[in-house]
This record gives sequence, C-alpha cells and structure tokens, in this order.
Amino acid sequence: MKYVLKKIGTLILTLLAVSALVFFAFSFIPASPALSKLGTEATAEKIAELNHQMGLDRPVLVRFGEWVAGIVHGDFGISYSYNTPVTQLLSEKIAVTMLLSVMAILITVILSFPLGIYVARKSDSKLDVFFTTVNQMIMSIPSFFSGILITLIFGLILHVFTPGAYVSYKRDFFKCMAYLIFPAFSIALPKISMVVKLLKDTALKEADKDYVRTAYSRGNRTKAVFYKHVLKNAIIPVITFLGMTFADIIAGSIIVEQVFGVPGLGRILLTSISGRDYPVVEAIILLLATAVVVSNLIVDLLYKKFDPRIHV
Amino acid sequence: MKAFKKLWRLIILSATLTVALCACGGDKAGDASSHITIGIPQDLSDSLDPHEALAAGTREILFNIYEGLVKPDSNGDLKPAVADEYSVSEDGLTYTFHLRKGVKFHNGKDVTADDVLYSIKRNADPDSTLANASAFSNVKEYKADGENIVITLNKKDGDFLQTMTIAIVPEGVNDLSTKPCGTGPYTFVSRSPQENIILKRFADYWGEKAYIEDVTLKICANADSITMDLLGGSVDFFARITASQALQLKDSNFNIEEGTMNLVQAMYLNNAVEPFNNEKVRQALCYAVDPKEIIDFAFDGKGTELGSSMFPAFGKYFVKEINDVYNTDIEKAKELLKEAGYENGFSFAIKVPSNYQPHIDTAQVIVEQLKKIGVTAEIKLVEWDSWLSDVYVGRDFEATVVGVDASTMTAKAMLERFTSDSSKNFVNFKSDAYDAAFKNAIDATDDAKATEYYKECEWILAREAANVYIQDLAEMVAINKNYTGYEFYPIYVLDIAKIKPAK
Repeated sequence: MKYVLKKIGTLILTLLAVSALVFFAFSFIPASPALSKLGTEATAEKIAELNHQMGLDRPVLVRFGEWVAGIVHGDFGISYSYNTPVTQLLSEKIAVTMLLSVMAILITVILSFPLGIYVARKSDSKLDVFFTTVNQMIMSIPSFFSGILITLIFGLILHVFTPGAYVSYKRDFFKCMAYLIFPAFSIALPKISMVVKLLKDTALKEADKDYVRTAYSRGNRTKAVFYKHVLKNAIIPVITFLGMTFADIIAGSIIVEQVFGVPGLGRILLTSISGRDYPVVEAIILLLATAVVVSNLIVDLLYKKFDPRIHV
Repeated sequence: MKAFKKLWRLIILSATLTVALCACGGDKAGDASSHITIGIPQDLSDSLDPHEALAAGTREILFNIYEGLVKPDSNGDLKPAVADEYSVSEDGLTYTFHLRKGVKFHNGKDVTADDVLYSIKRNADPDSTLANASAFSNVKEYKADGENIVITLNKKDGDFLQTMTIAIVPEGVNDLSTKPCGTGPYTFVSRSPQENIILKRFADYWGEKAYIEDVTLKICANADSITMDLLGGSVDFFARITASQALQLKDSNFNIEEGTMNLVQAMYLNNAVEPFNNEKVRQALCYAVDPKEIIDFAFDGKGTELGSSMFPAFGKYFVKEINDVYNTDIEKAKELLKEAGYENGFSFAIKVPSNYQPHIDTAQVIVEQLKKIGVTAEIKLVEWDSWLSDVYVGRDFEATVVGVDASTMTAKAMLERFTSDSSKNFVNFKSDAYDAAFKNAIDATDDAKATEYYKECEWILAREAANVYIQDLAEMVAINKNYTGYEFYPIYVLDIAKIKPAK
C-alpha cells in the first residue's frame, strides 16, 4: 500500500513537471493565438487588443497558476479556435483514439500469443529461418507506411473499405469499428512481430533452465511442460513489454490517424499546434503524459501479481 | 492446448467476418440527389460568427449560411438579398434599403429592421473591435424607417455597397460563434471539430432553394490523402486541387473544372532592406524572372500572368498592358544590377510558407532563373504561423512568395496595402507618387475618375517594381460526375446552393 502511495506521489510530480514544461514552451515559440486567429488581417494593434481579450497579456506565471487551479477543478479552459470548453471538445476525440488504441492492443494480444507460441514450438524446424525473416521484416515497417499499403490494397484495389469514409461512433458504432479495424491493424502489425520475437526468445531461454529438465525427468510430456511451466514464466517480460507499448500505441495511433483520416486526438493535436490553440495542446499533452505514467504504474502492479517473488 | 486451438479458430473466424462485414459497411457518398460530401482543407477554426470570422476558408463556407442586405453573384455584381431593392440619393450620401418580405432566419423568426440595425451596430459601434469596423467608419447615421433602412455617410464612397454584404444576424442570439443562424440557403446542423460540419437545405429560404438537401463538409487536413479520398469515393467535391492531383484524377469519375484563384501571386520584396531598397535591383529581378516559364514548368501551363497587384476578375480595374512593363531580358537585368552596384550579384533568402506547395514550386523556379543574372536565392520554408508573425507582421524578411487577395471586391481593398502608412504594407513600399494617386482615387467624386487613379496606382507598382509579379493561379476543382452546376466566383466563395445532381 505504501508502495502504491509513493508511486502515485511521483506520478503527480511527473505530471506537474510536464505541465509546466508544456506551458512555458509555448511562451518561447514564435507566433501567438491572436495572430493565428487574425491571419492576414493582423496588425500590431489588433494583436494587442485580442491578446488582451484572451487574457494573454498577463504575466505567464499568473496564467500558469490559473491554469493549474482550473485543472484541479476539472476545467481545462476554453479552446481559442472553437470557443468551446476543451473538455467537451476533446471527449469525443479521446474516445476515438482510445477505441483505436484498445483495438490495436487487442489485435496484438490475440494474434501474437498464438503466433509466438507456434513459432517457439517450431524453433528447431526448418521453418524457423522463414519465420524469423518475415518477423524481422514486419517489425521494421513503420505503421504509417503499412497504413498506406493497407489503404492502397484493401481500400483502392480490393474495395474492402472506403478510405477516408470514417463514420463517427456516435452515429454508427459498428461501422465505426469496422473502419477502425484497418488503422488498428497497421498499428498492431509491428507490435505483433515484436511480441512474437520476445515470446519466442524468452520461451527458449526458459526451456533451457533446470526446472524444465526436472519437469521432464518427472515424466511430463513436452506439451505439458511447455504450457504449464515454460509459458508461465516466459509471459512475464511480455506483459511488461505490452504495458510499455501501450503508450507507444497511443502515440502510434496519432500518426496512423492521419493516414486513415480518423479524426482523433492526433488530428486535433496537430492543428492545434499550428493554430496555436494552447489550451487544447496543453490538455492533450497532459493527457498523453498521464496515460504513459498510469500505464507504467499498472505494469508495476501487474508484475507483483504475476510473480510474487518481486518486491517492489 | 485444445482450448487454445479453439480460441485460435474463433479468432480467425471473427476476423474474417469483420473484414467481410466491412465490405458492406463503406459509407460511400453515392445518392447524388440528396447528399454531397465536400472536402475542405482546414476546419473553420477562427469563429463561426460571420462578423468575427476572418479566414478566407471560413468565410467561403459561411457564404452559404449568411446573407447581407446585398450579396455578390458569380460575376461579382451585387444583387439584392435581404433587401429587395435599394436606392442611392443624388449626392451619393444616403442609401435606402427596402427589406424583403418573408425573409426568415434559420431559427424561424422573420427578419426585422431591428435585426438589420443590430447587425450594423455590431460593426459600426465606435468601440467595435470587429474586423469590419474600419469599413463602417464612414457611416454617419443608420436608422429604420418602417420597412426601410436608411444609412447616411460622412462622405461619398463608391465602394460603400460592398460594405452592405455584411451578414445580417438575428438580434438577441448570443452563441453565433458556435451556432450560426442566418438567412442563407443552408442551415447549420452540427460540427465535430477536425471531422466535419453538417449543413441542411433551408426549407424556408426566400429565393431559389438549394438543389442538394444534405451537405457534409469533411475536413481533409492531410493533403496527401485527398486524391485517395476522392478516388475511394468518400469525397465528392474538392476545390483548389493542385496540378499533380488533377493529373492523378484523370480518367476517373471526376470532372476537373478550371477557374482562377483570384489572387496576386508574386515574389514580394521587402522594399526597406538592402539591396531591395534600390529600385534598380527590384527592376532587375523583374526582368530576370519569367512568369511564363514558371507557369509552364510548375503549373502545367495554367495560370494568368500578372504585372501588378490586380487580377482580371476585377474587370474595369485590370490593365492587361501592365504585364508588358518587364519582358524577360537577362542582359537588361544584368545592366541594371551593374548600375545599382551589384555587378557581381548578391544573395538573399526567400521565405515561403511550408503549407502552400504552389508557392514553394514557384520559388524553386525563381531560384533557377535568378542564377542567370548571378543572384543567389535560397528558399527558407517557414510554418504559416511563423510566416504571419515574422514576415507579415514583423516584416523581417527579404523576399517571400505568396498570393495576396482582397477581402472585398474593391480596388481599394486591393491597393490600399501599398500606401506608405498602411498597417498592411508588409513589403514597406514607399512612393509619394503612389500615395498621391491613391488619395486622388479615394477622394474622386465620380467612378470613372476613381478608376483612372486606381489604374495609375497599378502602373506605379509595376514601374517602381514594388514586387516581382507572377500570376493569378489557376483554380482547379474536382467534382464527381454525379454532380454539376458549380460556379466560380471572382471572390473567395464556395456556393454550394448552385451544385446540383447531374441527372
């Protein structure tokens, strides 16, 4: 329990540091929200006026204080571009990106575990070289590129789906899921091969250990030893890996969203940066940081559950 | 182990099923009679309030939702809209607009004189901070007289009617920046930021109703996937595609229609920095840069050469002959450089906004052309917002390639920028002759005289080589063959109401 509290303490500190960093970074980059809004109508006077209206002419520390105080109350401010509260603006985008990420994780788990086990069991057959090569290749394809390939093959050639025809989950949940399968798959692809490789390597390493020999000598059959003993131990590093990749997958989905035209966090993050819509950018970055920190915490806790020997 | 095998089979089965289901699930934009999906390159992220919106991309969409007392038609002529007729007094100081009967706002309420007065007040109020406030500074008095709105000016202004294209909004509605409510042919239904904006045909529209009932404006922020969206069928219409995109759409189910962008693309020079503060150097560049080669090389031969800050859609203000002030002449350019003391050339940087491929392409050709006279130009790509802050507002640049347009169809809007004390004079052009000619144009009491002076302004810009003028870009519009009827406007407008099913 003490451990958990301590972890949560560092978590809050990390987030505070991130938020300060993000907030102050924006005081240094060129251009301003007022300028972005005014475009070619911008003149020095108009910018000053709009800055005043938006409260941006006050000292940066005062604004930071207000911003943090707002967040504590669940208020992330109002978007400059859309004149709506950031929380309202982002809720739908978060849902889309989460849907996509969770789907990618599920696809990874569902496909990589059986594949990994299969490859591990075939490791002394002739097929091994083939599997390793293919796996290595898939691992090195970045998801935005596999995304383009998937769009091209399944979208434009096979007409399995219409590229860009994303339907909001609010309008039709199943159509939305059907569309998201493709980006989710392209995010999952390199992760699958990573997990397959990891699972195979750790399984082979475990298979050489003394307890396995003991198990065999007790008269167990190969399959039983593999599933009961080897796999159980081989799976721990895989879970760590999956936990760590969760943040990676969210980041990956932000890029892949661009390829498939999915209006999730990625799109709004990019446009908000170029439009200098600070409240939105700050909220999203804080959110991503939270996702990373929390998923790491969960991994730590899971560790303990899977291996009682670990004292954290 | 058995369990694993079963699970594995189940997974494969469900995966196949989902893929099969997806095949039937595509949200194709088909049925032309009732729906169209229009791709737009950016979200309307400044404001949906027509009096606050500044971005051209926002205003071109709001054109379908809002109307002024008068509104432009596809020739750029102003036609009565919320007013059904208007008259101007003999001295040109009093405008009387008669309200059209039966014009309704999208919330169902009738348009009253109070709404019109409110709309004017929002802009004309002395402490109004809205963008149009300056256009209303000449208004002395505005009042309602029964069904009439009477506006009195301080002094005569031939362009005043343009000001009355300002949107009429309902009085007492406070959330216009998020929920537009106008009198136009389309009503605003909903929006999802960075995803889409949904419009619906306004059933109670006073004029000729729109053909297509439901419109989805889909935000296609990723320029690389536009052709994919078009070919895949998720977008039916996209304005302002590039020449290479048009090429990719050849032999598809899209028609490419051609118009003009209505802007002045030029290499804008900072007239205040070395060596461009020297008129001869600027003239030398004008002789060295060949617009025709640029158009042929980077734009597939499509585009209209320009010689000054005016494009053909302006009609009577456009002078074709100005384009011949500088015909490409490398020797002459070298001579001028020699006279200016730059015999061995010089080097400078061209800052180009990184999100405008046409301007980048143009800059690249210019760099090559300038090598011939020993001038080394280097392209520096800057993000649009940095361009705004550094180049446009900060005026910290040597040269930049962009397109400049006019906010209204008036020569004043186009040419005022180059008067020496204009806050928008980002090129720091300074010419007493120009200032005098412009002042004469503004003060002129009859239109012919004013036109004469505006033309003089254009000649001065060319002769003193304020900038290296290039072209009015060709606008190419991709429209699915299921639709027809798209009309180009001389201003930045996307008139959805004119689009109709092809059959």
